[in-house]
Amino acid sequence: MEKRLMTFPQILVENAKSYGDRKTAIREKDYGIWQSYTWKDYLEQVRDFALGLASLGFKRDDRMAIIGDNRPQLYWGLAACQCLGGIPVPLYQDAIHKELHYILDHSECRFALAEDQEQTDKLMGLKKEVPRLEYVIYDDPRGLKKYRYDWLIAFTDVQEMGRKFAKENPNYFMDEVNKGQVDDLSIIVYTSGTTGNPKGVMLTHRNIVTTGKNAIEMEGLREDEEVMAYLPMAWIGDHIFSYCETFVAGFTVNCPEDTSTVMHDMREVGPTYLFAPPRIWENILTQVMIKMEDAARIKQKMFHFFLNVASRVEKLRMAHNPVPLGQKILYQLGKFLVYGPLVDNLGMRDVRIAYTAGEAIGPEIFEFFRSLGINLKQVYGMTESSAVVSIQKDGDIDPETVGTPLPELDIEISDMGEVMYKSPGVFQGYYKNPEATKETLEDGWVHSGDAGYLTKHGHLKIIDRAKDVSRLTDGTMFAPKYIENKLKFCPFIKEAVAHGKDMDFVATFIDIDYGAVGNWAERRHIAYTSYTDLAQKPEVYELIYNEINRVNKSLSQDEQLKGAQIRRFLLLHKELNPDDGEITRTRKVRRKFVAEKYANLIDALYTGKDSVDVEATFTYEDGRSTTMRANLKIRDAETF
Amino acid sequence: MNEKKEPLLRAEDITITFGGLMALNHVNLEIYPGEIMAIIGPNGAGKTTLLNIINGFYKADKGRIFFEGKELDKKMKPNRIAALGIARTFQNLALFRGMPTLGNIMIGRTMKMHSNIFSQALYWRMSEKEEIEHREAVEYIIDFLQIENIRKTPASMLPYGLQKRVELARALVAEPKLLLLDEPMAGMNLEEKEDIARFVLDANEELGYTIALIEHDMGVVMDICDRMVVLDFGNKIAEGTPDEIKSNPKVIKAYLGTAGG
Repeated sequence: MEKRLMTFPQILVENAKSYGDRKTAIREKDYGIWQSYTWKDYLEQVRDFALGLASLGFKRDDRMAIIGDNRPQLYWGLAACQCLGGIPVPLYQDAIHKELHYILDHSECRFALAEDQEQTDKLMGLKKEVPRLEYVIYDDPRGLKKYRYDWLIAFTDVQEMGRKFAKENPNYFMDEVNKGQVDDLSIIVYTSGTTGNPKGVMLTHRNIVTTGKNAIEMEGLREDEEVMAYLPMAWIGDHIFSYCETFVAGFTVNCPEDTSTVMHDMREVGPTYLFAPPRIWENILTQVMIKMEDAARIKQKMFHFFLNVASRVEKLRMAHNPVPLGQKILYQLGKFLVYGPLVDNLGMRDVRIAYTAGEAIGPEIFEFFRSLGINLKQVYGMTESSAVVSIQKDGDIDPETVGTPLPELDIEISDMGEVMYKSPGVFQGYYKNPEATKETLEDGWVHSGDAGYLTKHGHLKIIDRAKDVSRLTDGTMFAPKYIENKLKFCPFIKEAVAHGKDMDFVATFIDIDYGAVGNWAERRHIAYTSYTDLAQKPEVYELIYNEINRVNKSLSQDEQLKGAQIRRFLLLHKELNPDDGEITRTRKVRRKFVAEKYANLIDALYTGKDSVDVEATFTYEDGRSTTMRANLKIRDAETF
Repeated sequence: MNEKKEPLLRAEDITITFGGLMALNHVNLEIYPGEIMAIIGPNGAGKTTLLNIINGFYKADKGRIFFEGKELDKKMKPNRIAALGIARTFQNLALFRGMPTLGNIMIGRTMKMHSNIFSQALYWRMSEKEEIEHREAVEYIIDFLQIENIRKTPASMLPYGLQKRVELARALVAEPKLLLLDEPMAGMNLEEKEDIARFVLDANEELGYTIALIEHDMGVVMDICDRMVVLDFGNKIAEGTPDEIKSNPKVIKAYLGTAGG
């Protein structure tokens, strides 16, 4: 059983040999039809492209940037790059000029693979500023017909060059693949840091393949899994699930037609193995709740009744308590009437394993999906650990923890309460950044930056970012993200920022969910003109006020956090936006930045004022800008 | 660059009056293959009237129209003219409201269907092959206009900007030799306008369509068209490249406002 550890290209060659034309490796919906590629096709596509790169002068250790939505061509490009001993550098497709400039320059990419005209345009704009970038290769030729540069080449043209090259150098491809060592770097993943410039996490084939293998073993993943590739390729999670694990386990990856059709495509595919960051689970929940508000009254009644049943049953199941017969029967009835159809509608009927990762998930959101019968589990990890540190095991799920450590992974808690780990998946360091490496990596141990501890059942519990956990003036523990997640369970709240460090009490900014609240307002004939206007409606304040009280009630049940209830809140005049630097691209709040930018608002929250003036400048696409003034109300919440 | 080519469409001396109003006064117009031509002018200048005459909704009192060198018979019905390869969209939306996007676009292929209603009902041989062929063409345009996510949404549920896009899709699948667009960007916000401008450019560059469009937004039009014709009270007052039009004093007076403002 124990096979020699191989590099990704070597695994690909093996898969093509053992599965050949019998098994689909990757599917893509194009022109409304699912197009399948077997493992043999996969290898051929990768080989042609790799040899095309070789004929363009691609050498070992060359870096290639990859930017775009999840397309088979981009995964092939990534594999092709590794076949030649190169190092792929995947980039976020919505990254702005400045970020791209930094990463392209820092990683010294000679080649770039772009999905379409949009991404190509960005790279073209950067080419003058980043002279090392020699070739830009694009997949979708739409709109690029008029661009004529000798450094801009179509993906298929590169493959054509590759086929020519293969005739003259028949052994070149396999020679290069065999030259690869498992301890060679396989990828550099730039992390969207909450502070400073992104850092390039260097990972080897051994790091990623071993982590993937261990996860597959722990979770019992099979070669007949179906997975959707719809999260950014630049996120280590996608790299593990849609690339590493599909190679190692041999299952099928499905690329959606378009980012806007993911939910629909998912219904068609029926994935068995699913991963999504909390944001997406939240979104799905919000969608379900909105749709239910539009449903007939009897359906609403039925939905809420059986949701309560499911919630009670799930609580018992998670606590390993027996479920009374009456509840069991009701649950089965609910499954027939509500949960089954709902889960099917979400395209999750066949899901055996679903993960949430990337950030802590609100306990209520988590419980909602589990109670419907979806095997949703939390995964904890980070880029530095090749994505996975711990996973909740089937049948051993404590919603307050992130599960048990992966095989071959050791966890220790530092004196400061920080989680540290060591495993074969631990990264090699930050690219060209020895200071940051020294701070994070110590004798093979990674400082996770998260505060947490191991429970007596051996589960890892994460409280918050180590640097974010603080205390109120009276000494009560204040974990902002914990509170924010509780707030965000409400479908009307999109984002929340809790303040309280060295303060007398906790106060929050709330960002309403424009879609959900807008819908709510329309139904009640509340007219509004804009986000700002809607957010300041007294009815909306009342709506959020009730939600805050609900959160406070739930906080009051925790002995430790009882004192950290929300006393005051205000609704922001604009949505927090990565373009304005308030949250990261993965939607983590940048606390320091927000605290500085909105210092006057925070001040107003703590000085007892009942409203505050705010001024914001918007720049339109045509360069004009307007200044908007608004008066934000501040309200007190009830505490328990 | 186009001057030496034979025009795809030539309208000669077009004149039409509605009651006492002279809507078009001896207007001449050429559209060359492969170009984007814009017809601009203030409200009531006769732009839409001109399109209506080209595709046979109105009969001109005077004047002749040549398409691909052949004169169009005055008695020709709009559907016959469409069959020749002249497609258009309308200033006001003309979609089937209850029909999904896919069906609405499929209608654009009607001209190209050969099997009759009976064999279609049986979905047999010719019809099956034909259906697949048409669906492929439709899917290509759906991909082209990036409307995959609304394939199954009824037209009436779509926001205005997307309805306009579906209408454009329906005109494109007809694979016309000449595409007439009547204010494709009317009532849109800047982002929607830029999207449509991009699609119009791509349709011209990638798919090789010859396009004549009416548009009010001068900024967008100047950026995308090769040539412009300016109408004012039924008279053609100028013709040329966007740069020539920009500096033409007659145009500035009639349309763009006073020079130097």
